Amino acid sequence: MTAATYTGASAATEPARNRPRNRRGIRPARVLLHGFLIATCIVWIAPVLYALYTSLRPYADTQKQGYVSVGGHYNLTNYANAWSEADLPLYFKNSAIITIPALLVTLWLASMVAFVVARHSFKLNLLMLMVFTAGNLLPQQAIITPLYKLYISVPLPSWLSDSGHLDDSFLGLILIHVAFQTGFCVFVLSNFMRTIPHEITEAARVDGASEWRQYRQVVLPLCRPALAALATLEFTWIYNDFFWATVLMQTGANRPITAALNNLTGQFFTDNNLISAASMIVAVPTLVVFFVLQRQFVSGLTLGANKG
Amino acid sequence: MSATTLSPPRRRRARLVRYTKRDRAALSLMAGVPLLLSLAFVWLPALATIALSFFNWTGIGGLSDMKAAGVENYRIIFGIYPEFPPAIEHNLLWLGVFFVVPAPFGLFLALQLHKQIRYSRVYQSILFLPVVLSLALVGFMTELVFSPTQGLVNNLTGHAGQSNLIDWLGSPRLNIWAVLIMACWRQTGYVMILFLAGLKSVDPSLQEAASLDGANEWQAFRHVIWPALRPINIVVVVVTVIESLRAFDIVYIVNQGTNGLELLSTLITANIIGETSRIGFGSALATILLVISLAFVLPYVYTTFRKDTRS
Repeated sequence: MTAATYTGASAATEPARNRPRNRRGIRPARVLLHGFLIATCIVWIAPVLYALYTSLRPYADTQKQGYVSVGGHYNLTNYANAWSEADLPLYFKNSAIITIPALLVTLWLASMVAFVVARHSFKLNLLMLMVFTAGNLLPQQAIITPLYKLYISVPLPSWLSDSGHLDDSFLGLILIHVAFQTGFCVFVLSNFMRTIPHEITEAARVDGASEWRQYRQVVLPLCRPALAALATLEFTWIYNDFFWATVLMQTGANRPITAALNNLTGQFFTDNNLISAASMIVAVPTLVVFFVLQRQFVSGLTLGANKG
Repeated sequence: MSATTLSPPRRRRARLVRYTKRDRAALSLMAGVPLLLSLAFVWLPALATIALSFFNWTGIGGLSDMKAAGVENYRIIFGIYPEFPPAIEHNLLWLGVFFVVPAPFGLFLALQLHKQIRYSRVYQSILFLPVVLSLALVGFMTELVFSPTQGLVNNLTGHAGQSNLIDWLGSPRLNIWAVLIMACWRQTGYVMILFLAGLKSVDPSLQEAASLDGANEWQAFRHVIWPALRPINIVVVVVTVIESLRAFDIVYIVNQGTNGLELLSTLITANIIGETSRIGFGSALATILLVISLAFVLPYVYTTFRKDTRS
């Protein structure tokens, strides 16, 4: 609605400036622009469509007719094979065990830090913000060597870890995700919390609310939109993690699905049709984010960028 | 004293707040526990990386097996380690390509989609699709698209036959480009989304004024939009640098970062999870990566928050 009225208003002022380019009707520049955008989009979506198309065709047919061809059978056999032969449900379960707690704890910890940093003026606040934000921007590989040594030397009870140490354990992966991702969330949430008027917490304080209650019952509920955006973004990032899981989770059966796929190729997934099907299956949770939660995802990204 | 009169009133009011003992304890815990976690799992390893780079230490041995090595690890890296020059070269190439292709192209797409054109949301969504996919998945896509006999590119261009096969992923001269194409495929959408958000925050009346003054599209961009995009430009620069230093997943999936695809990140990884784990040597490589990234990250973070507290 607002967009329509806005263009209407500007179009009304245009004829006075004698700019025929902007008048209603067929405008060559616009046609060219649409042509360019359509071409770009076709190129952009081609790899995904190619993977989808290949995944629906039996290997024998593509061998006979070539990969870029029409005809032969179309079915879900590749999906069924990928799902059962490579034990994908197990890896999905691993991903859930890692992603969900890591996501919840990250948001919880980050919201507490953001509350302290954004709603108070302690001397150390600035330094804390820098520590968290800069920590999140380091390349993972820059800290992995000592981290790996640390992980293989910290003992854990056997019900928490097959290896008896922090490496190869779900807890270990959850911890590194939390430590690493908290930085970004602190940055975004503290920017968001600063926009909440100070009078609100002041009133609660006058009424005798403790700091914890101000956080829990006043500020946190107001942060719901930012938390929803961050939850979408962090879910995608943690689920998509490949590096931490590859290095810190060396037992194949414990890996989350994004990292497991790499081991499974060659072992179970021998042809591109099967790899395509497996890739499509692995992409499903992120495609849900794409189709259903795109607005949250984008606003999470831009909340982080806009205030930067 | 002049110092006290200069301090902003906001600060003074905040100082008057008296916290009870319980509040003090609560606030310390709320900030302290996450801070400890970040220090223990991110900053301590970062410092340890630097310290370990001056030692020789195999993966199996305990602390007693550590031997001081001085700058020996660095001397090997810069002098005789054959994988190092190509790795640095590929990281720089990655950075250069990210600056030359996805950054301007993402900006261009954002500018086009910001015009009130039909189907803008559809175009946006399609261009944004690769951003939600994991980089690991982009690695598999790379194999699907560039596989010599089964891949999309060779089949489309008629190079999938045995006689004129183009070995995109196997040839050490070609594979970095195949990987970079797919990395750009994902990065462009990311940059586009950032710029679109930046464009939304540019005051539309500024653009209106520019076009009323008879500015053409290029002039309006050059003198009105580009200066207003400054904050987002900085973010894009940081994202571009960080993403090219972090580059790992695609390359690791294609061939674990060997044979023409060496990167600093894959060399570091190979030195800890390979058969012979060399902690000291890997740390020296990681220190180089750490120093390069801190040279970008620290000034960025420092100026961002300095500005924040002043305003």
